[in-house]
Amino acid sequence: MSTLVIAEHDNSSLKPATLNAVAAAQAMGAGIDILVAGAGCSAVADQAAAIPGVGKVLLADNAAYEHQLAENVSLLIAEVAASYDNIVAPSTSNGKNTLPRVAALLDVAQISDIISVESADTFKRPIYAGNVIATVQTSDAKKVITVRTTAFDAVAAEGGSATVEAVSAVHDAGISSFVGQEVAVSDRPELTAAPVVVSGGRGMQNGDNFKLLDGIADKLGAAIGASRAAVDAGFVPNDMQVGQTGKIVAPDLYIAVGISGAIQHLAGMKDSKVIVAINKDEDAPIFQVADYGLVADLFNALPELEAAL
Amino acid sequence: MKVLVAVKRVVDYNVKVRAKGDGSDVDLNNVKMAINPFCEIAVEEAVRLKEAGVATEVIAVSVGEKPCQEQIRTALALGADRGIHVETEGRVEPLVVAKLLKGVVEKEQPQLVILGKQSIDGDNNQTGQMLGALTNMPQGTFASEIKVEGDKLNVIREVDGGLQTISLSLPAIVTTDLRLNEPRYASLPNIMKAKKKQLDVFTPADLGVEVTRHITQVKVEPPPERKAGIKVEDVAQLVDKLRNEAKVIS
Repeated sequence: MSTLVIAEHDNSSLKPATLNAVAAAQAMGAGIDILVAGAGCSAVADQAAAIPGVGKVLLADNAAYEHQLAENVSLLIAEVAASYDNIVAPSTSNGKNTLPRVAALLDVAQISDIISVESADTFKRPIYAGNVIATVQTSDAKKVITVRTTAFDAVAAEGGSATVEAVSAVHDAGISSFVGQEVAVSDRPELTAAPVVVSGGRGMQNGDNFKLLDGIADKLGAAIGASRAAVDAGFVPNDMQVGQTGKIVAPDLYIAVGISGAIQHLAGMKDSKVIVAINKDEDAPIFQVADYGLVADLFNALPELEAAL
Repeated sequence: MKVLVAVKRVVDYNVKVRAKGDGSDVDLNNVKMAINPFCEIAVEEAVRLKEAGVATEVIAVSVGEKPCQEQIRTALALGADRGIHVETEGRVEPLVVAKLLKGVVEKEQPQLVILGKQSIDGDNNQTGQMLGALTNMPQGTFASEIKVEGDKLNVIREVDGGLQTISLSLPAIVTTDLRLNEPRYASLPNIMKAKKKQLDVFTPADLGVEVTRHITQVKVEPPPERKAGIKVEDVAQLVDKLRNEAKVIS
């Protein structure tokens, strides 16, 4: 059994999601290599080589891979995949974008968003917004899999010393190009990796009121999230959305403020270790999953909470 | 230009789906079915392109059993010009759907194919990307804005941490994210008109595709229950519980 894990990175550093994907790969068996595809990304390959238990790191360093364009990277992965039984990537926007292309090029199914490895060919994955967990078995000899990162504890980032091997294959499909990006710059931890998440919903009433969450997030070292209702209402940008079609989070502490608790939102946060709900509607469904519920007007409760921390 | 838009019949997003007691499958008896919300956004975007004079024809396609013609009719009522139903039996995997859509793409030669980024039943998020690989078309997934500029398509994508803009050669594939647009409601006259619009039915064999099965659903089960906790009286008690009982804050 051999598994190729696709590294998540930004050409300068390896992202923690890779460590969760490696954990899933370990559950599939020994023989784990990592592919780092990017441009000017040798530092990432060195970081990947430090993950214990990794056999070798394949480094495809070429301008064609700089922005992770799926058209190019999928051709590379499909070629490298020849020597592996499993191709595994974290369910990040890159993983979700690229891996189905790889599966189609290999003429195999993809198994999306696995939450456990039952055996070499059998996996569990959530369907219907996590209201149902399906156990699925694949008949494909080569398996293409994305991993729900919150379901696998990250492996150690250091202690290993894998070799780094250059991959010379250059695939430039020539049909897509990168124009630009707007990445929100924030001192806060990344939503999917934060130990504490404070999220606001429609009850926040407007975007300005999200500032009420800032002080609490600062004191707790938390990331700030939002429900789809808050995103749809234009209070905050979509990359803050926690839920079925947004980010899936499972922090140690999740504080839901002014969020009613639609099933689509619960799908994104109900695996959090401790859930706190603050809502003035005592019948809000969010209280059915909250460990600690506070029925209160958030405009009174938030300043009090900030002061009490 | 011609725009092909794919629509899927799924359980209505307000329905809380449950596993059957024997774990054999989910219980879909008598539940309300609807067009997948992301597919609805795809239809809306295609119709807006037509209203803006960019698209000349909008074709709605669905793969599935006979009842999915209802969702094609919904797309026609929202403004699509004609429909194509690829009639299949039982559960069809995303790879096969992508192959069937490739068959339709070869027949119709659209310049743009718009799909939802994922369906809210299987939550796979695969079909658009797979279609891209099979047709060698570029893809703008998780799109929040698209703009045709000459023979290129600029797509703003929702990615982890922000937005990314890419430029694609046409023909191209777009998969929709939530904020691409807000779909309209179909008016009664348009619903009536949609009943008379052309709807062609094909079989997989017509498209030269063999329906294969790669994945077996072994069983389904409910997720681990999360029990409701307690209600606290005030902020002071909340902070005390978090600090001393749950020990998640210091």
